[in-house]
Amino acid sequence: MNLHEYQAAELFAAQGIPTNGGAVASTPGEAEVIARGAGGVVVVKAQVHSGGRGKAGGVKLARTPQEARAAAEAILGLEIRGHIVRKVLVAPGADIAQEFYLGVSLDRTRRQNVVIASGEGGVDIEEVARERPERIVRALVDPLLGIHPWQARQIGFALGIAFDKVAGFATITRALYDTYIAEDATLAEINPLVLTGAGDWLALDAKMSIDDNALFRHPDFEALRDLDEEVATEVDARQSGISFVKLDGDIGCIVNGAGLAMATMDAVKLHGGEPANFLDVGGGASADQVAQAFALVTADPHVRAILINIFGGITRGDVVAQGIAEARERVAVTVPIVVRLSGTNAAEGQKLLAASGLIATESMDDAAAEAVRAAHAA
Amino acid sequence: MSILVDRDTRVIVQGITGREGSFHTTQMVEYGTNVVSGVTPGGRGKTVAEAPVFDTVADAVAATEPNVAIIFVPARFAPDAIYEAVDNGLPLVICITEGIPVADMVPVYAHVKQVGARLLGPNCPGTITPGAAKVGIMPGFIHTPGPVGVVSRSGTLTYEVVDALSRAGIGQSSAVGIGGDPVIGTSFVDVLALFEADPATDAIVMIGEIGGDDEEHAARFIEEHVTKPVVGFIAGQTAPPGKRMGHAGAIISGGSGTAAEKMAALEAAGVRVVDRPSAVPGAIQAALLAVGQPVSR
Repeated sequence: MNLHEYQAAELFAAQGIPTNGGAVASTPGEAEVIARGAGGVVVVKAQVHSGGRGKAGGVKLARTPQEARAAAEAILGLEIRGHIVRKVLVAPGADIAQEFYLGVSLDRTRRQNVVIASGEGGVDIEEVARERPERIVRALVDPLLGIHPWQARQIGFALGIAFDKVAGFATITRALYDTYIAEDATLAEINPLVLTGAGDWLALDAKMSIDDNALFRHPDFEALRDLDEEVATEVDARQSGISFVKLDGDIGCIVNGAGLAMATMDAVKLHGGEPANFLDVGGGASADQVAQAFALVTADPHVRAILINIFGGITRGDVVAQGIAEARERVAVTVPIVVRLSGTNAAEGQKLLAASGLIATESMDDAAAEAVRAAHAA
Repeated sequence: MSILVDRDTRVIVQGITGREGSFHTTQMVEYGTNVVSGVTPGGRGKTVAEAPVFDTVADAVAATEPNVAIIFVPARFAPDAIYEAVDNGLPLVICITEGIPVADMVPVYAHVKQVGARLLGPNCPGTITPGAAKVGIMPGFIHTPGPVGVVSRSGTLTYEVVDALSRAGIGQSSAVGIGGDPVIGTSFVDVLALFEADPATDAIVMIGEIGGDDEEHAARFIEEHVTKPVVGFIAGQTAPPGKRMGHAGAIISGGSGTAAEKMAALEAAGVRVVDRPSAVPGAIQAALLAVGQPVSR
């Protein structure tokens, strides 16, 4: 789950990180009022779950309340990497002397959390890591002891921060790590963290993603969820316990198991088609789950054929087939359905499916090819 | 011979009285696995598939001497179950549970390493040595004994490949699911090392997917340390960046962790990379022929 900048900034501020304040507006009028209250120069920033806001014209400087209004008018409704801007943050402008990057995330290779910092702030950190890796400083954090003060100081010195500013930097670094742990984040990032002309530290941006598996510990985050940022069918899927990701193709996929679901999408592509979605219906593939899956897949008007790929395993193939037949009675499906059923009692299952007028096969390749053919014929 | 589990394996099931725990205990016992005991706090005196239930792992260890633990405990209690198993001396702990927070797994991983135990998973189907022991949730009947070691991050995709191998008359020495989470106890490299050392394994199938760089590390390890032929498949060639594909660990982030990168790394290491699961048996057959080994024994 991703948070907006203003939400992450509030969590950072609660841990003592100096943030830039400001307020959120969803109309140009509101932006003008906030700017008037702030007095002086403000920055109007798009609040979307996407990077690259600056390049897309989603961040503008405004010298007067009227300019803030105009900036909000330009930014609200803008599309940034597929995300429509519905809110802007109006924050006081800052006098920037020096910019840094500071982030905490998981190092999957070491299975440890890592603090990453750079003297190049306000730019795409992945690009810096790729092109100028020597500009990146990393510190692995002991999983049982947490980040040591010396580690935070060492990062500061490695970045060339002046001695009298290192203590402040180290405090922010430790606070960011503490926020990351306390909130079950998978990423906590300040980009840029700046030293102002007056010599103060200030977090000019805030970014946080939360581990979906840990949301049970944070019931309050449900209120921070922005449903406008999520694909409607993906929200429905989450609520019914189905893993679903919307894609751009025309072949709807319903599969049991995440790995097999990815392999099924790949098979569709291999046979000249494009998958419309990733969908893992879960282990059992019961009538309820399959009916839910039908509803999710057919909600996409681009879908011209559905490929169901179930590896029976412990669940019997004839039971799965019955579930599919039942689900079809509950959800009207007008596009061709190709079913691949394998495993226990697969033959019985295929007979049942064939009797109900579906194309049933035992091979995944044949099923993918058949689904592509059916979609193109439709 | 085999890896991780065999006829001498004595299994303790944590969370044995739950729906998943009791169902799969019965399935494992039916396969012939020696389940010696189970644990559910407050469950003392019960039995599941004739296995006695204890309140604590310590009691079960004292009474039944298990050497492998399998965990079916819900996500919010599963980290505690892993600590309880390794702190009571279990050398191998297999965690089936899906949905454990990463923040819990990071210290679990460090602790398991520190005490010198091995954790398989979490979010994995477990492991099976066909004809000897099944310690997991995979359908036992699709497996046949033979010379091919299978290691995978995915459940049903492994069944798909194992089934294709068995149908082609190619048996398996052991099949190991390492799990789909970002932090897992046993990596591809760990399992590849076990298969390389296992006299019963003549060839290896490795099934990876998008996310992380375990496959790239495996490629480097194969190049330097694995003499047996390896066939690879990577799922998620059509997966978009930045989206989690079901498994918590299956995500392309910051442009890295793509299927293409992993396939290239494996190919460069001499692995026969196939583009579909159904091509695995043919590639294995060719690999075994090339080293002069029979496909079944």
